[in-house]
Amino acid sequence: MTPSSTLFDKLWQEHCIQSDASGEDLLLIDRILLHERTGAVALEALREKGREVKTPAHVFCTMDHIVSNRPGRTRNEARTPGGDVFISSTRESAARSGVTLIDIDDARQGIVHVMAPELGIVQPGVSIVCPDSHTCSLGAFGALAWGIGSSAAEHALATQTLKQKKPANMRVTLKGGLHPGVYAKDIVLALIAQIGAGAAANHAVEFTGGGVRQMSMEGRMTLCNMAVEFAAFTALIAPDEKTFEYLAGREFAPTGAQLDDALSWWRDLASDEEAVFDKNITLDTDALAPQISWGVSPEQSGGIDQTLPFIADLPAEKRKAAENALAYMELQPGQRLLGEAVDGAFIGSCTNGRIEDLRAAAYILKGNQVSPDVKAICVPGSQAVKRQAEAEGVAEIFKQAGFEWGEPGCGYCFYAGGDTFAPGARVVSSTNRNFEGRQGPGVRTHLCSPATVAASAIEGVIADPREAGGVRPV
Amino acid sequence: MKPFTTHRGIAAPLLRDNIDTDQIIPSREMKTVGKTGLSEGLFAGWRYLTPNARDLNPDFILNKPAFQNATILVACANFGCGSSREHAVWALAEYGIRAVIAESFGSIFRANAIRNGVLPVSLPRASIARLATDLQDSAQPPQIEIDLNKCVLLMNSESEAVIMSFQLADAEREMLLNGFDPVDLTQTHSAKIEDFIRDHRIKRPWIYKDEI
Repeated sequence: MTPSSTLFDKLWQEHCIQSDASGEDLLLIDRILLHERTGAVALEALREKGREVKTPAHVFCTMDHIVSNRPGRTRNEARTPGGDVFISSTRESAARSGVTLIDIDDARQGIVHVMAPELGIVQPGVSIVCPDSHTCSLGAFGALAWGIGSSAAEHALATQTLKQKKPANMRVTLKGGLHPGVYAKDIVLALIAQIGAGAAANHAVEFTGGGVRQMSMEGRMTLCNMAVEFAAFTALIAPDEKTFEYLAGREFAPTGAQLDDALSWWRDLASDEEAVFDKNITLDTDALAPQISWGVSPEQSGGIDQTLPFIADLPAEKRKAAENALAYMELQPGQRLLGEAVDGAFIGSCTNGRIEDLRAAAYILKGNQVSPDVKAICVPGSQAVKRQAEAEGVAEIFKQAGFEWGEPGCGYCFYAGGDTFAPGARVVSSTNRNFEGRQGPGVRTHLCSPATVAASAIEGVIADPREAGGVRPV
Repeated sequence: MKPFTTHRGIAAPLLRDNIDTDQIIPSREMKTVGKTGLSEGLFAGWRYLTPNARDLNPDFILNKPAFQNATILVACANFGCGSSREHAVWALAEYGIRAVIAESFGSIFRANAIRNGVLPVSLPRASIARLATDLQDSAQPPQIEIDLNKCVLLMNSESEAVIMSFQLADAEREMLLNGFDPVDLTQTHSAKIEDFIRDHRIKRPWIYKDEI
């Protein structure tokens, strides 16, 4: 390595077995994560071709995508038609191939990107893949983590490797602090709105700067989680003492003498000061307001107190998409989002379903009632988050305020034919995608932080969390 | 995987940026634990008038008489962004789409396409606009011919022939041209992989903690 390598360069080099003439590298994959939606397909396809999982001890499968979120759900319960087949098929495939299965009734169950850090499966410096686009969340630990398709998962399972052309380096520096009412989600939405949904294509993004260091691991995961929403190959953050503290004592994290060895390597995982990035972006977070999406791409977002774009003011190539988006969202150019009536409120998902997200919402919900016109739902990201929220009294605050309290899973984020809101419903949501119909046919999703969801649920209209009875400092 | 060498077919312009995989196949349409039976769900949200029925939306490009047998799509930037679901590519392939021409692609979608014999062709925005104009204006949509050996595409419009070249990494091109199974290809390097793992284990034993 040259003395001017980025963290991404170093992790890539560490895992590169060989390069071929066309510029594709063969990379060693340390950890493979699966879930019942795409994992069963990969394991089944492997079996059909007479292949085996090369290193089952490095493969972890959870049940998250189509399991029911209903409290008291049963072992095969899905809210998607035929979903029970995905669940039982995954269970059988996992047992046959010897991978670690974290089943529906396991105390460790959770959304894959919430569960993997909780169990210490993800660690600084490991390469880790999952047939799920939000695998970039795990780069928050300084891991080389990226989302793949099912065929690539078959390849990784069979060979413990993947072929990949090395992407370029992009640095996003967060300058300034985090202010009350403004969270990692707001920062990343503002970033995507500024640079566009395709901005980091063929780039690995490193988040740096004081703003990142100030963030908890939960905030960092939220930041990295959304990197795929601006087309990044992955995102990563250099590990620090917060990272090591988070991992200490977790089930699959190193211990004893091995931990000492690991720590001495982990502490060196950072970009060199002279490292040159192919693209550099600086975002000043000091003046940032809470953000909310108004359209059908995460790039169609802005400050909650702004007016929606006048179509004529937009660059020519963005106008048609904005017109389509406003038509779908039933909004007018020039109007304010603040005060727009909402029908639904959702807190959960791999983006914002962690304990810190629930605490931020509970701080606003405490002593308040959700508007009678709003269907409000909270789905903790994992059983561990759920237990912790129940132990801290956070769950009770949600329930007292009128929120439904569900079992961990992804259902409400992407509608699989089950859990949803009414067609046409306007929903404030802590999830990652506002695509047309993402949360159900005709549903209009506004992406925002859990604090904004909570404030809006109480008011029954899109509301600024900074004005909703104070906000918990970050 | 079905090899891709040359292909000639009707190209449908679907001129939007950021066409995500939720639009290519909504999650409600992914009904089986397999790779088939997905083409009915292709673009379901746009192609049908109501979410759970099959009444065709006459305004959607693939439902228009001239484009009903399209085998090539022409789109704008960031095609296939969003979810990693490979079902998006399986649905396109089963419907009969052999190539997607776009300004850029979501990276997971692009990799999925190549592994399933669907050719992703990246062209500059101006070239896409040029193709789209001819495709939309013509009463009989011109066919596009793609030659992967030479990495060129050819469109005979009413007035002139348009030839454009595109780029693809050699390894990706080889895989498409020959229909190679990538696992078989990688397994030819298994000795080297085993050596690398042995060294890696010595350097980073804690990663292998669960096997000891």
